[in-house]
Amino acid sequence: MKLNNKILLPDASEWERYRNDFPILKKRINGYPLVYLDNAATSQKPRQVIQTIVDYYETLNANVHRGVHTLSQISTDAFEQARIKAQAFINAESHREIIFTKGTSNAINLVAYSFSRAFLSPGDEVLVSALEHHSNIVPWQIVTKERGAHLRILPMNEKGELLIGQFSNLISDKTKIIAISHVSNSLGTVNPISELTRIARQHGIPVLIDGAQAVPHLKVDVQALDCDFYCFSGHKMLGPTGIGILFGKEEWLNKMPPFEGGGEMIQSVNYNDSTYNELPFKFEAGTPHIEGALGLATAIDYLLHIGMDSIHQREMFLYKLALNRLSDLPGFKLVGSASDKSPVLSFLIDGLHPYDVGVLLDKQGVAVRTGHHCTQPVMDFMQIPGTIRASFSFYNNEDDVLQLEAALKKAIQILS
Amino acid sequence: MNISIDTLQNEIIEEFELFDDWMDKYEHIVEMGKNLPVINTEMKTDEHLIDGCQSKVWLAARLEDGKVHFTADSDAIITKGIVSLLIRVLSNHSPAEILNTDLYMIDRIGLATHLSPTRSNGLLSMINKMKSYAKAFIH
Repeated sequence: MKLNNKILLPDASEWERYRNDFPILKKRINGYPLVYLDNAATSQKPRQVIQTIVDYYETLNANVHRGVHTLSQISTDAFEQARIKAQAFINAESHREIIFTKGTSNAINLVAYSFSRAFLSPGDEVLVSALEHHSNIVPWQIVTKERGAHLRILPMNEKGELLIGQFSNLISDKTKIIAISHVSNSLGTVNPISELTRIARQHGIPVLIDGAQAVPHLKVDVQALDCDFYCFSGHKMLGPTGIGILFGKEEWLNKMPPFEGGGEMIQSVNYNDSTYNELPFKFEAGTPHIEGALGLATAIDYLLHIGMDSIHQREMFLYKLALNRLSDLPGFKLVGSASDKSPVLSFLIDGLHPYDVGVLLDKQGVAVRTGHHCTQPVMDFMQIPGTIRASFSFYNNEDDVLQLEAALKKAIQILS
Repeated sequence: MNISIDTLQNEIIEEFELFDDWMDKYEHIVEMGKNLPVINTEMKTDEHLIDGCQSKVWLAARLEDGKVHFTADSDAIITKGIVSLLIRVLSNHSPAEILNTDLYMIDRIGLATHLSPTRSNGLLSMINKMKSYAKAFIH
């Protein structure tokens, strides 16, 4: 370990050991070593997470919260321990504020539907930002249309930074909730959440944060951010697919009606009425994704073992190295140059369609994402059809950056 | 006498067998993209647009002396190359011939990976669109 900026950073051989925990990274694609740079879409999984899922089915499998039998009690304990891990990971005050969901989209939909049913009336407004993923636009579009309310948009500049100065002007007593991403998935902008929540708090408006792109890369503290809801997915942070977290402040979750009905979320049922279970179970209808929650807990352990500060520094080092190497290529244009960024390198090559570049990178083993990245309004604003996006994780290395550079050079040569 | 669709397919398969390297293959596709019978600008309307997730493709067809003639364009050059391959094979044939064709060349020249129905270049949508034009000309 080296002492750097007061953080103990792992050295190259330690990063290489972490990388070796990811079996899929040894794969070859189209005859080349796999260079996986689509981490913003989903991360790869370390063998520890994979083993947790196997162990669950080999030694623990039983339905939770129901059986009096021993196995059910053991699996319930493990499931609830996972909840407490997630609570500690984002520093929530109570485990009752941690709802297991299918993922970020599901968490946002839960809040959009449930919140709007209780608090959104005709003429009201929901404020989102110009940087949002479709998942943080469409649910709000649906519920505002349903309730005769309106969607307002906080604009951004050409660097991909939100125009925070306009935030106060867009808020009024009609604004019922604000929904904003912590980190942009297509441009990598890190938004100044604390500044936004401070202003929202003065107006008494709740704030939902889409944290899908933040939790894998940054230390997140929901109490310090002072947000009312925070949503994220397990699969982008080394965990399994189909599991995610909704953090919600108790005062809101208690006032909101259930989103889905079913087992687990009820206290008592008769044909006239039902009473609902207490938090967090009120929002968890049906048998949950038990092995997903356990896998997520292992993923959290893994991230915390390395340390979020170390991870952040490592990833920004790789991002800057890539930016530095690619900047010299003919026609290279960075898309999204906010001053505060996460390790998402969105770019274009002058005169080339992102799709063509993506196909030829794939032929050389390099996995990037091309297209609009589910942020069509962002691309419309930038007046481009899409970008080529290389998104980094701590398990990438310098060789990955060099292979990306070489593959990109070859693609440009073929396409020009 | 008209060259049959299958003869044209076999021609293309032979052409691609000359390349043992993926790079040469894609260079060839890019080259073919440049020779595409390009659709008239005024035909680049939503009606002719196949909106795949990634690249835009416009495809039009007209019937002349019982034969279908296709024109197309795309904003991505590889997509242009692929649609030009389809046009080379299917254009100048009767609607019935087009409808009854099995496009086995796609698999044989290694383009099957482009057949993914979503988020790809919409090769499948292109073929469906061409066949639906042919079908409309029959009725």
